[in-house]
Amino acid sequence: MKFSFSEEQEEFRSFLRRFLEEKSPTTEVRRLMATDAGWEKEQWQKVNTELGLTAIAIPEEYGGQGFGLSEQCIVLEEMGRFLLCAPYFSSAVLTANAILYGASEEYKKKYLPEIASGDLTASLAFTEETGAWDISSMSMCATKNKNTYRLTGIKSFVLDGHMSDLIIVLAKVDDNSGSQRLALFSVDSTAVGLTKNLLNSTDQTRKLAKLTFTDVEATCISSDDVTEAMHKTFLKSCIGLSNEMVGGAERLREDTLEYVKMRMQFGRSIASFQVTKHKATDMLADVELAKSAAYYAAAAFDDGESDIAATASIAKASASEAYMQTAINAVQMHGGIGFTWDNDTHLWFKRAKSSEVFLGTADFHRELMMQSWDQ
Amino acid sequence: MSINEEQVRNEVREWLKENWSPNLDLVEWRLKLADSGWGMANWPAEWYGRDLPVSLVPAIEEEFSKIGALTIPKSGIRMLAAATILNHGSDMHKEKFLKRIITGEDVWCQLFSEPGSGSDLAGATTKAVMVGNKWVVNGQKVWTTSAHKAHWGLLLARTDMDETKHRGLSYFIIDMNQPGVETQPLMQMNGHASFNQVFLTDAEVMPDFQVAELGDGWQVATTTLMHERRAADSLRSWGQASKGDGPIYDQERVETETTMQPYKWYPQRAGRVDLIMDRAKETDAIKDPAIRQEIAKLMTLHKSAEWTARRARAAQEQGKPQGPEGSLGKLAASNVARAAAKVHTLISGADAMLTGEDSPMDGIIAEILVSFPASSIAGGTDEIQKNIISERVLNMPKETRFDADKPFKDIPRNTVS
Ligand SMILES: Cc1cc2nc3c(=O)[nH]c(=O)nc-3n(C[C@H](O)[C@H](O)[C@H](O)COP(=O)(O)OP(=O)(O)OC[C@H]3O[C@@H](n4cnc5c(N)ncnc54)[C@H](O)[C@@H]3O)c2cc1C
Repeated sequence: MKFSFSEEQEEFRSFLRRFLEEKSPTTEVRRLMATDAGWEKEQWQKVNTELGLTAIAIPEEYGGQGFGLSEQCIVLEEMGRFLLCAPYFSSAVLTANAILYGASEEYKKKYLPEIASGDLTASLAFTEETGAWDISSMSMCATKNKNTYRLTGIKSFVLDGHMSDLIIVLAKVDDNSGSQRLALFSVDSTAVGLTKNLLNSTDQTRKLAKLTFTDVEATCISSDDVTEAMHKTFLKSCIGLSNEMVGGAERLREDTLEYVKMRMQFGRSIASFQVTKHKATDMLADVELAKSAAYYAAAAFDDGESDIAATASIAKASASEAYMQTAINAVQMHGGIGFTWDNDTHLWFKRAKSSEVFLGTADFHRELMMQSWDQ
Repeated sequence: MSINEEQVRNEVREWLKENWSPNLDLVEWRLKLADSGWGMANWPAEWYGRDLPVSLVPAIEEEFSKIGALTIPKSGIRMLAAATILNHGSDMHKEKFLKRIITGEDVWCQLFSEPGSGSDLAGATTKAVMVGNKWVVNGQKVWTTSAHKAHWGLLLARTDMDETKHRGLSYFIIDMNQPGVETQPLMQMNGHASFNQVFLTDAEVMPDFQVAELGDGWQVATTTLMHERRAADSLRSWGQASKGDGPIYDQERVETETTMQPYKWYPQRAGRVDLIMDRAKETDAIKDPAIRQEIAKLMTLHKSAEWTARRARAAQEQGKPQGPEGSLGKLAASNVARAAAKVHTLISGADAMLTGEDSPMDGIIAEILVSFPASSIAGGTDEIQKNIISERVLNMPKETRFDADKPFKDIPRNTVS
């Protein structure tokens, strides 16, 4: 359903919201974001087992619950709302989809059930040091040595890459016909030759790592070229991220509204100034439009619509701008206090900034949109 | 009276030839600048200036920079203090404070904003009460830049609760080094702590440290704010240490690291348009047609804002009445900062997520992205600027006010003390 949620979905959302409200107050977010890991295994497993969040969109045959992207996007939206510090986007969105679409049956059976149960955390290493998001720009090459493969090179901006148990790497490989194909490789996080560096990220709630591979032994887990599979993974991840982003934007918008209603200047509530009302209304419009695009895209993906590439980009471009603009307005409407570390606004402001560029800026997605319509 | 620029340039050159040396002590040098009037040439001749029109200041500064001679750092609250004292201060104030502002020995802060009154500065509730022969001050100030380094504070305090809001305020100069003044740093979203909370508990002010008459506080504060807002245009530059060899340069570098340290991130907060083209070339973002458009839009905004600020300065220097262009500088500067942060994000791409040594230019770009929001808040928010411009420049009807005519004590306000 592209324009409304079912009763069950709404119920699931409100249940989840209450749950995360309790589990992820900003005191907890601040505590976890200050750690190198960024999340805590025991605590995350408790949340995850109770709610089955990592299983939600994985097909039943691989140990999941078999729901669609729409349901998973409810989870993401609520996580974005509460800035939940957990290895969810890395494992259950990026990597689970890459495996689902790109890996051979054997490896789907091997990894997906473990990701679904939450026992295995996984990161997808595809972006390189250039920070380019398009799959075709990847340069890492795997070399074949008898039956094993070896990886050398650098993958960067790898979400949770410093912590995950399993790393799935996108790299090129020579196939028998003498041309190259894109393939997926699995690498154990403790593999010899793999160096993991946590990067300093402005948004401390989203940990990024640089992974340096020096002749690391890897297992090829895909049989065919994975360009299509990665494309699908990318689209799905963009849609997922857009939903996560509108959750954060809405939270900021609501908190800001509450603040201006309470704050007095010039002997009256600052919410009584027309300019405040107009700005609050603009924020509502920004967020609601971005929500519509994010919701529509998730449902369109589930429905298998043909224009999904452009739709995913509409969602991401829209969310990128709406979230950042909402964050800028939120700081502004708080005045001096909005610029302080102790006020929570900057936590979302920084998430807005990291999400604005993660998986591509609005400009990048507008170009993708045009390419997909101009074929 | 027409003063010839060439003649002034000759005079400066002569004077510099005889007096400048990189081996001087920084304070000694600035004392020479104060005594000769070449440091603040547009100030009155009797107060360390030369009565020259502001329009000649750039020419004078150019002569200084040609030979690497140091000038007076014209940023920070101390320059606002000087402008306020020159306008409203007594001779005692001028005597006591101006010289040490020029030498840079005294650091100043502006104790205006309070938790309950920021945009509505005239709603200040910090009270000054005459006890015996001294003013005794109680209350809390906030967002006070440099308070932790300051010797003196420009204080706006309420001296009469029964008067109307604006008439009940008075203006004081307060000694920051006394037991009744406690400063507590406030960390900002960019990780710096350049502003503070200041708790005033029975802090004392001598009666002759009151500026102007009792009840004139708002009027004096308006002068300070006008100078602050005027200086917030895109021509503003932030004291960066000069590159040079010699003891005086070393001393200036120390000053930049210590007393000027709270302003370290200020260039970043303005958006660093100066870095845009180099960054675009070095990252190859310059080849991206969409980003090219964004850069060109930013440059258009930046250049036209700069020229608007120059028009305003020119009018001011020629003594012409201020036109509408004069009030737009601060607004334009926050638009530029916001737009620049956006373009830096596009240029940096995924690197825009990083900070510190992992990020472009060792964190400078990251600092822009988390500092620019200050531009549209500090020194009066964009919204307040627009209210002022629409009502005073465009003569649009004034917002109906509920708080102007009543005794201050009867006005509803925030419950924070
Ligand atoms: C980096 C920085 C440095 C600073 N340094 C100093 C300093 O050295 N000394 C000092 O005294 N202060 C300083 N300030 C404080 C600054 O001047 C105030 O933060 C600012 O004036 C806003 O006041 P406020 O924070 O109380 O916000 P509020 O006044 O509560 O404003 C909240 C929001 O309401 C809006 N609003 C308020 N009134 C109106 C209205 N009438 N119409 C429409 N909208 C309105 C504002 O625009 C803003 O968006 C600094 C602030 C910053 C960010």
